[in-house]
Amino acid sequence: MDVMNLFRNYEEAVAMILFGIGFSNLLMQKNLIKKIIGMNIMDTSVYLFLAVKGYIEGHKAPIVVDGVQSVEAYINPIPSGLVLTGIVVSVSVSALMLALTIRLYRRYHTLNLDEISTLLKKEEKS
Amino acid sequence: MSRKLSEEEYKKKLSYRMEQWFAGQRDPYLEHLRMKPQAERTLEPEKEEALRKEKKERLDKVYRISDNRPVKLFEKLYRIFCVAFCFFLVIMLLIAVSFLPSYGEDEKPVNNEVSRRYIEKGLQETGAVNIVTGMILDYRAFDTLGESHVLFAATCTVLILLRHDKKKGERDTEEETDRVYEPKNDVILQMVSKVLVPPIILFGIYVILCGHLGPGGGFSGGAVIGAGLILYLNAFGFAKTEKFFSEKTYKVLSVSALGCYCLAKSYSFYTGANHIESVIPLGTPGAILSSGLILVLNICVGIVVAGTMYTFYVMFRKGGY
Amino acid sequence: MSFVQNFPFFSILLSLFAGPLSSVLSGKAAKALNAAVITIAGVLSAATLVFVLGTGESYVYTMGHFPAPWGNEIRVGVLEAGMAVFFCIVMLLCMMGGAAERLLEIEEGKQNLYYVMVNLLLCSLLALIYTKDLFTAYVFVEINTISACGLIMIRQTGRTIEAAVRYMIMSLLGSGLLLLGIVFLYDLTGQLLMDHIKIQVQLLSVTGEYHIPLLIAISFMAVGLAIKSALFPFHAWLPDAYGYSTLSSAAILSSLVSKGYIFLLIKIFYQVIGFDLIVRSKVINVLFVFGVAGMLFGSVSAIREKDIRRMIAFSSVAQIGYIYMGFGLGTTAGMIASIFHILSHGATKSLLFVAASGLTDVSDKQRSIRRLTGAGYRNRLAGVTFTVGALSMVGFPMFSGFISKILFAQAAMENDGKMLVTVVALAVSTILNAMYFLKTVIRIYTPLPADGGGEEAEGNTVLHMRDCPAKSLAMICFIALNLFLGLSSEPIVDLIRKGLDMFA
Repeated sequence: MDVMNLFRNYEEAVAMILFGIGFSNLLMQKNLIKKIIGMNIMDTSVYLFLAVKGYIEGHKAPIVVDGVQSVEAYINPIPSGLVLTGIVVSVSVSALMLALTIRLYRRYHTLNLDEISTLLKKEEKS
Repeated sequence: MSRKLSEEEYKKKLSYRMEQWFAGQRDPYLEHLRMKPQAERTLEPEKEEALRKEKKERLDKVYRISDNRPVKLFEKLYRIFCVAFCFFLVIMLLIAVSFLPSYGEDEKPVNNEVSRRYIEKGLQETGAVNIVTGMILDYRAFDTLGESHVLFAATCTVLILLRHDKKKGERDTEEETDRVYEPKNDVILQMVSKVLVPPIILFGIYVILCGHLGPGGGFSGGAVIGAGLILYLNAFGFAKTEKFFSEKTYKVLSVSALGCYCLAKSYSFYTGANHIESVIPLGTPGAILSSGLILVLNICVGIVVAGTMYTFYVMFRKGGY
Repeated sequence: MSFVQNFPFFSILLSLFAGPLSSVLSGKAAKALNAAVITIAGVLSAATLVFVLGTGESYVYTMGHFPAPWGNEIRVGVLEAGMAVFFCIVMLLCMMGGAAERLLEIEEGKQNLYYVMVNLLLCSLLALIYTKDLFTAYVFVEINTISACGLIMIRQTGRTIEAAVRYMIMSLLGSGLLLLGIVFLYDLTGQLLMDHIKIQVQLLSVTGEYHIPLLIAISFMAVGLAIKSALFPFHAWLPDAYGYSTLSSAAILSSLVSKGYIFLLIKIFYQVIGFDLIVRSKVINVLFVFGVAGMLFGSVSAIREKDIRRMIAFSSVAQIGYIYMGFGLGTTAGMIASIFHILSHGATKSLLFVAASGLTDVSDKQRSIRRLTGAGYRNRLAGVTFTVGALSMVGFPMFSGFISKILFAQAAMENDGKMLVTVVALAVSTILNAMYFLKTVIRIYTPLPADGGGEEAEGNTVLHMRDCPAKSLAMICFIALNLFLGLSSEPIVDLIRKGLDMFA
């Protein structure tokens, strides 16, 4: 493990820690809304990681200014484009999850998934 | 038969009756005993209530998580496992990151001939001043085509879950719609939004139309327009928005936008794969009407996104337009 | 360039556009459109298959004016085209078999939205099969996930919505890991197109540079896709999702959706990393262990299950385990066996779901296995179909399951280290399969007691083939498909072998 490089790559390291936070929230939180927040943290951390990939020290955003078209002037445009696509996916998935949560809440008046499944089993028994 | 006793006397004897019973010819209980018809089970209401309560309590106890030992044990183990797994994951990732190419440097595998061509020839090949727009809507357009359909698929799932299909004569209940909490003619909000909504929507249109010239594009512009619509809805209520934006409006708009998108991209994919020159002119870079299909695609994406944002909002709020 | 080469692209775009179009149509029109789209996509794929077999080599189709590392491309070979044909056939039959249930179980105003989901699902499956670009694959994986979730929860009961939530949580974990793996790989190689990544990865593996990040990228993608395809410890959502969703959804989900992810994983193995490197990286050993565990655990859970639909769903867990076990063997023979099992399981599982619904239809819609006593006499075709499916799952000769089991066993013989484990696991799992499937077959052919069975048999009806023509036709086609896979396995295995050669 190259510790110096880890410190130099501090943005990537932060993104990975955020990924861990989001992942553990998605796995462990009982409250559905918190799970969704965890999912969003996870997605965002991946986008941060991806966006960092394109950055080059001292270069500008990839919009052609004054006809300069040289690799020395602009950062890498590919990660930015991928992040754009990724964000849309994450928005759609969040909306879907929130809609599912609303439906469950209206019916069972709780946001705890385990409680909901015990209520379901109880419903079948009685 | 017996020799000592006469016929009648013998028949009264116990041994005869026993014999008959064994042979199955005569059942002493048959026709002599009758089962009493079961009485209707009547319970006092209190008793019945008590019984029902007991059953419910029993069920409650079985299904209460705090009383269920195996479930509790499982939960504990699950938590321990999850924490361990997440720590393991983060440490692995950090180790991996420490080996990755350094941040912000020029000499990385990522900065290769692919990005070089996008930067150096993007303007000539796509006509877009904004290289990112040129990349996502021309070089790598298949991704973006998928992406706009992700958005549409999500809208459809939200419609499935939350759209409240009223049967005839049924009225909205408070629980299912938020309509009752609607601010009624809030003067401040109405005045502010009268001032704000037109510039917001104009700005959204500007962002969409200039997507190939500067920062912006269909998605961001569409989100701005959606926000404007939502503000308008909050100020003036559903009664006004219903007049110009119904579910049908949304569907027709998004289907025609997505269809236009599909057609435009089919054309460029087909001509590209079959090595046919595209007849669409790229125009002069920097002008509004330039960069071939990118402007059209941006407008399509903008329409879909604006409609989707508004739809999400009304579905979450009320379950209908 | 021949005109036939455009067909894969046409089929993707057609199903993609049919999605939004269905949302403005009425339920009936959308249904007709959907059937037409699936049929056309199948025919186009079949024509492509014939073309590719004729030329004997795969070809690359540029999506746009820019060639490989700059633009998107799709790649068509024998395996891809064959898989597309198979998916279209199974999907058409599933939709046909579940038509009556859909009318009952889906709200009237939302019928057309169901077909939106199915069209988008078909499109994403086709795109996953053909795509050559990892990021495009990620986008279409998401479409696949969202539309599969739509298929689960369109029948709106508490159970299905809860199952949909669980499904989404698992899928999101999986797609998070998948995306992270893709980004790592992109960072190391600077490419997103599969064969360009492969060139770079081979170079890296020679120099030994970036060894650990590469390993992590591979394992993240493999684990992410394994989670999404419900490999054993991640299957908690599966029984509810398959057991309570509407019939055609359950059949499509079990036989196609998880297979799409698995096919993407095969593509990653062969076209992104290279199979040798995968075998050397030991990632497949993890898949092997979980696959074997899944085979046994899935079968044991199925034995304990009393609900027939859930029983079949648990059996899916076991069958997914088989496929991953085949990957884990790390030989081409194991891969061929796994791919054949994808076909055989896809054909059999949907058949079982349709047949099971035929049996429950004549038993007052009750799904507990005890209530199905004598159902094989009341709906004769469903009884026969279920028996065929059960025998195929158990591995009876003539049916497709037998061939895949024999292929797995043969593949195991080539692998010294894992031979014993594989063969024992196959044997045990076959016995367990026989226990629950044959138990059910015996149950449906046990006549009811002479007095009619009393309360137990209340609501029992008799159905003839003419009462439910669509479902009967679907069942007959499924039986034919199964027999076809079982009896003409030789050419199909040849086709798979040829496809795998072209694949790398």
